[in-house]
This record gives sequence, structure tokens and C-alpha cells, in this order.
Amino acid sequence: MNQLSTPALTQEQMLPSQQPVRLIDESGTAAVGRTYKENYPLPAEQTLLRGYAQLVTGRRINDQASALVRQGRMAVYPSSHGQEACQVAAAMCLADGDWLFPTYRDTVAVMARGVDPVQVMELLRGSWHSGYDPYEHNVATQSTPLATQLLHAVGVAHAAKLKGQDTVVVALCGDGASSEGDFHEALNFAAVFHVPVVFFVQNNEYAISVPLSQQSVAPSLAHKAIGYGMPGERVDGNDLAALLAVLGNAVQRARSGGGPSLVEAHTYRMQSHTNADDASRYRTADEVSAWEPRDPLLRLRTYLLGANLLTEADEGRIAAEAESVAKVLRDGLNADVSVDPQDLFRFVYSEPTPQLLEQAQLLGEELSREGATS
Amino acid sequence: MTAISARPTAADPSVQTPPATAESPAAATAGPAAGKQQSLTFAKALTLAMADSMAADDAVVVFGEDVGVLGGVFRITEGLNKRFGQERCFDTPLAESGIVGMAVGMAMNGMKPVVEMQFDAFAYPAFEQVVSHVAKMANRTKGKVRLPMVIRIPYAGGIGGVEHHCDSSEAYYVHTPGLTVLAPSTAVDAYLMLRDAIRSPDPVVFLEPKKLYFAKEDVDIDALRAAYESTAQATSIGRAVIAREGTDATLIAYGPSVPTALAAAEAAAAEGRSLQVIDVRSLVPFDDETVCAAVRRTGRAVVIAEAPGFASVAAEIVARVQERCFHSLAAPVRRVTGFDIPYPAPKLEQHYLPGVDRILDVVDELQWEDQ
Repeated sequence: MNQLSTPALTQEQMLPSQQPVRLIDESGTAAVGRTYKENYPLPAEQTLLRGYAQLVTGRRINDQASALVRQGRMAVYPSSHGQEACQVAAAMCLADGDWLFPTYRDTVAVMARGVDPVQVMELLRGSWHSGYDPYEHNVATQSTPLATQLLHAVGVAHAAKLKGQDTVVVALCGDGASSEGDFHEALNFAAVFHVPVVFFVQNNEYAISVPLSQQSVAPSLAHKAIGYGMPGERVDGNDLAALLAVLGNAVQRARSGGGPSLVEAHTYRMQSHTNADDASRYRTADEVSAWEPRDPLLRLRTYLLGANLLTEADEGRIAAEAESVAKVLRDGLNADVSVDPQDLFRFVYSEPTPQLLEQAQLLGEELSREGATS
Repeated sequence: MTAISARPTAADPSVQTPPATAESPAAATAGPAAGKQQSLTFAKALTLAMADSMAADDAVVVFGEDVGVLGGVFRITEGLNKRFGQERCFDTPLAESGIVGMAVGMAMNGMKPVVEMQFDAFAYPAFEQVVSHVAKMANRTKGKVRLPMVIRIPYAGGIGGVEHHCDSSEAYYVHTPGLTVLAPSTAVDAYLMLRDAIRSPDPVVFLEPKKLYFAKEDVDIDALRAAYESTAQATSIGRAVIAREGTDATLIAYGPSVPTALAAAEAAAAEGRSLQVIDVRSLVPFDDETVCAAVRRTGRAVVIAEAPGFASVAAEIVARVQERCFHSLAAPVRRVTGFDIPYPAPKLEQHYLPGVDRILDVVDELQWEDQ
């Protein structure tokens, strides 16, 4: 139908590797001896160094945002602490014209793509439901409903294909979202229409309190790909090198007309779902601490130091960069945000309906009375 | 979803147009005698509106279940696949959330999707996409991302359809700010309003009364098209029309209830009572001005709709009219609606649907003794 005349994939090509792809192990040394379904070379040194800087900034963003919630400057923050490698890789694998479809936990990925940090936080500080122009960096709004954005990603890719645009779309979701109907519909539509989407599942083991074992008993989430006729791959979600290699491969496949694919990253949500959650009610401290040595920053830093790729001067520069982003966040969120009540009516339709004009007038009169008496 | 391909019982096989030519399905309806009055069904008016919109704008694409080669279970997209090709009119997998969700993304990337939900009740799997994204994207992004898309829904009853094929689901959509909701009742409006919907920068839920698909009107199609194309602004969105003039009371209806209201007015005229009929057409935005001006002149109003009456569009219209026209009213504004029950089986639907007698009974109760 709409499919290109690409040769059908074999089952071996669609099934994920036996083990998640890992290029740098937990001790920070380049993993050797493993074979995966494809050959994944270690990314270039400069790429890894640039990625490490982004990881440090990402961690700083997570810490700063959580602090701002505690200080009452933001309503809520779903932290990606521990998942920064996934966040950074999702942004780094894209070209300028590509699209990113993030979820509410993907703030770091959105900022890594270049979106203004203070604008990103409008959602979570509560001044509007989204604060940035999606067309400025081709980043869709952060989706709060689960898996719904995957279909939008398919639509953007489908339109790109019809228009002959050289566009790849990376659509993010979590393990819990893979249970939603829209996950199924999006992967099926993407496969049937053979559109350039990379579905990137960050399997962080929990959907709020529900563990993966109660979400799916598939051999892995990446195994679902073959059911749609697309390739699936598993990757160590705390290994930035492996993520860049695997996502880079998937993006390249999509860009060259090879169609969609599914990448599952195995990672772990180190903190509670949000500040409003208490993870101690459903998982043990031992379980969490077992993941600490697998930290994505620690691992890449050890590797870079061992390979003499990271100097003390580099570390100072990287820390300063991260701190400057944190300062932008602090300054932006500590400043009082101005909201215009009349914005409530401005954007519901391209032209406000007569009813909305009446309601806008009502609110305006209320506000002017309040202004007169205060 | 299993769709049962029901055809309106009122369908007249002679109404069927010949197969569309490769050059132009519109030619099949426009025919050789273009420029003259000719018979046009509501269904073919919709087909023509899509064909003309697709010809005018390459960004317009049509997709859904069975809309491609088959031309839809009601044949509303007949000929579009052949004329405009597989990229412009195509079948999708059988998944309504997928259809609407993909349309959102395509609209984000410059297309103007017109999607078909096969039947009213089969649109429900798409509800989350409609409510959480279609309706809210423009507001969420402060107008940066507009979604010019149309969700066409064959809706309402009176066709002897089995369960899930006859719902009047308009209340779900009108209660969702951000959606424009249209419900035409004539072939001419079917054409004009669908073109307005496709041209709108806002998402539109377009409700097509199934029982009217094969109703015919004599239309000068070329003049209709020329009239539409000479207007830069939507003329139907937010505008009610007076379908019949009358002086004693106003019947307010939309979609499938308009012909019923007109029939009631005709019957009342025979009894010496002059009933005005308003065709609301545009449920959102609602035309308070036209409706209220009409009611103020007659002083009496009855709202007619097929949907269950509780918390319905009819209930909203009654409230709006009462709030705005209280001092002009000679009697309480009344409603004739479906009962508050699930849509009944075919052999019982005649008891459910608002009919001429039930409407006239309520008109009789409008406190004429106080005149």
C-alpha cells in the first residue's frame, strides 16, 4: 500500500538482541566480547565528551528542579534522575529538522534539544499547560496522557513522508505506557504506513507504584516490535555510548526509508514518581541502592578518565556549564511569573466565540472591580 | 470494532450516482448539465465538498476505515481514492484512536486531515484523542499549534440500525471547549458546511445525520460551488438559519430533527397554527443572536433533538433561550427529545424518536389559553 518496496525483515532482524546492548560496562570499561544483532561501534570520543557534559547538566537540572519544588517555586516535578543517559541520547540522536515527542518526565531531553529551560517549566510551575513553541525546536508539548503522543508522532512522520521531508521522529514513552491501547495503535500504524518513527521506551521498572512484572510478561518490551513487523532492540539505558549507538542506528534506518523501529532502554527511576509520591511504600531501599553503582554519569566519567579524555579543566568547565543552566532555572522560577487572565479565552478557538467574549468580559469586570477595591 | 454496513432504510436505489470517472468524481454528481438545477443527495453533497476541497488544497487528505477503494460504508468518499490517489485518500488499520491521533500529528505538520469515524458509537475509542488533544492543542500551545482537521461522524438514528449504529453523541463533543461542532440538515448545507469545516483553522466535529444521506434536493451545483469559492470567510460556522417562517411559535432543531420539525410545522399550518423553524446547524459556536431574536418574535419555543434530553444540547438551548428571552416568553420553553434510555432496537425506535405528533402535542401545551 503506502509501503516502500523494501525487502521484508527476517524474524532475526526484528527480534531484539539476547541481552541489552552495552558498550561501556558498570566499571566504566569498554565492554567487549558480547555480540548483538547488529554491530554497534563505540561513538566518537568527542561525541562521548559532549554527551557527558549534557549528562552533568541533565543531573543538575533534575536536582535543581526538585529543589525548586521543595521551595514552593514549582507545583510538581517528575524527575528523570538516573535516566539522564536516555534523556540526553534522545536529544543527541536527532538532526535539526527532526521531531521529538516527549512525556512529562522528559524535561531534560526537551532542554537538551535546546528549548528554553524556563519556558519548559511553565507546565510544572503551573502558569500554562505548555510554555514553548513546538515549532521552534520541533519538540512537541510534553504529554501527560500516556502513549497518546505516539500517534501524533506517527502523524508528523506520515505528513513528512507525504511531503518528501527528510524528517525522523523520536517518540518517547515509559514502560507503563506500553500497556496503553494507543501504544499498540501507534506502532501498528507506523509499521503499516512505513513511516520514519523511532519509538523509544524508557523502561524504568515502575509506572508510579506498579512494577514491570505487573505491566507485561513479554520476554522484553522490545520483543513487542516483531508483532508489528518492525525491528526491536534492547539497550542498557544507563550507558550513554550504547544508547547513542542504538538510537543512532534506528534514526538512520528511519531516515533512509527503512521504516519505524522500537528501542527499549533498561533503566531505573531512582526517585519517587514525583515529589507527591512515596516510593518507600512499594519498593525497598536495597532495591534502589543496587542501582546506584550503575549510575550513567559515574560510568561514563570513569571511562573518559580512564581513556584520558576528560581533564580536570574539562570537568570544571562542564560543571560551570551545568551550574549556569541551574542558575537560569533558579532565576527564572524565583521571579514571579505574570499570567494574563484574559489568556484563558484567547486560544480556545482561532477567533473567540460570542460566548467566550461574554465570559471574557465578565471576568474583566470582576477583575476591574477587585482592582478598584484593593 | 465490527462495523455493520447499514444503509438507511429510506435509501432509494435510483439515487445512486454512476461510478465516478477517473478524471473527476465530481463530474459524476455535477453531470453534463452543469449550471442547471439537478438532484443532489446529502451524501453526494458531502462527497463533492471533499473533492472540491482536495482539488483546491493539496494539504487536504481523507482517511479512515474503508474510505479508500470502497468509498466508505455509506459511499461518502466514493471516487476520491481513484481521483486523488492513495496518498490523498486512504484506508487505515481498524483503530479509531489511531485515526484521530495520526490526524493530530499530520495537522501539526501542515496537512488538513478529514477523517471518517464509521459510525457514531465507533468514534468512542477515539474519545481521549478528541478531548485531550484535538480540542486542547491550540489552547495548550497558546495558538502556536492549530489543528485544522475534521472528524466526520455519521450519526443519529431513524435508519433501523442495530446497536451502536444510531447514537446521538453530540453532547459529548459540545461539552468539550476547543471543538467546533456542526450538524447540517440539508444537502446544500452539507456541501457548504463541510467546506467551511475543512477550511477552518480549528478542529471540527462534523455530524452527518445518517437518515438524511439519501434525501435529495434540486441544486445548481456550479452556482453553489461558485458561491462558496467567492467567500473568504466561513458563512455557516456559528450561524443558525430560519428554515421556515412562522409567527405563533418557534421550533428549534438541528441535524436529523430539522425535517421532522418542518413536517410538524406543515401539519400545524393545516390546523391554522403558524410555526417557525430554526435550523441551528452550528452547535458550537452557538448562534444565540438568531435563535433568541426568533423566539422573541413568536414568544413561544420548543427545542427538538433526538438525543436523550437529560443534560443535552436541547437542555442547553432551553436554558439559553430562557435566560435571554424571559420577558418575551408567553410560555415556558419546552423540549421534545429522545427518552433517557440507550438507543432502542429497530422495532422500537419509532417510539423513541421525536415525531410530528409528539412535537404538536407539546406545542398545544404552550399556554395558548393565556393569549
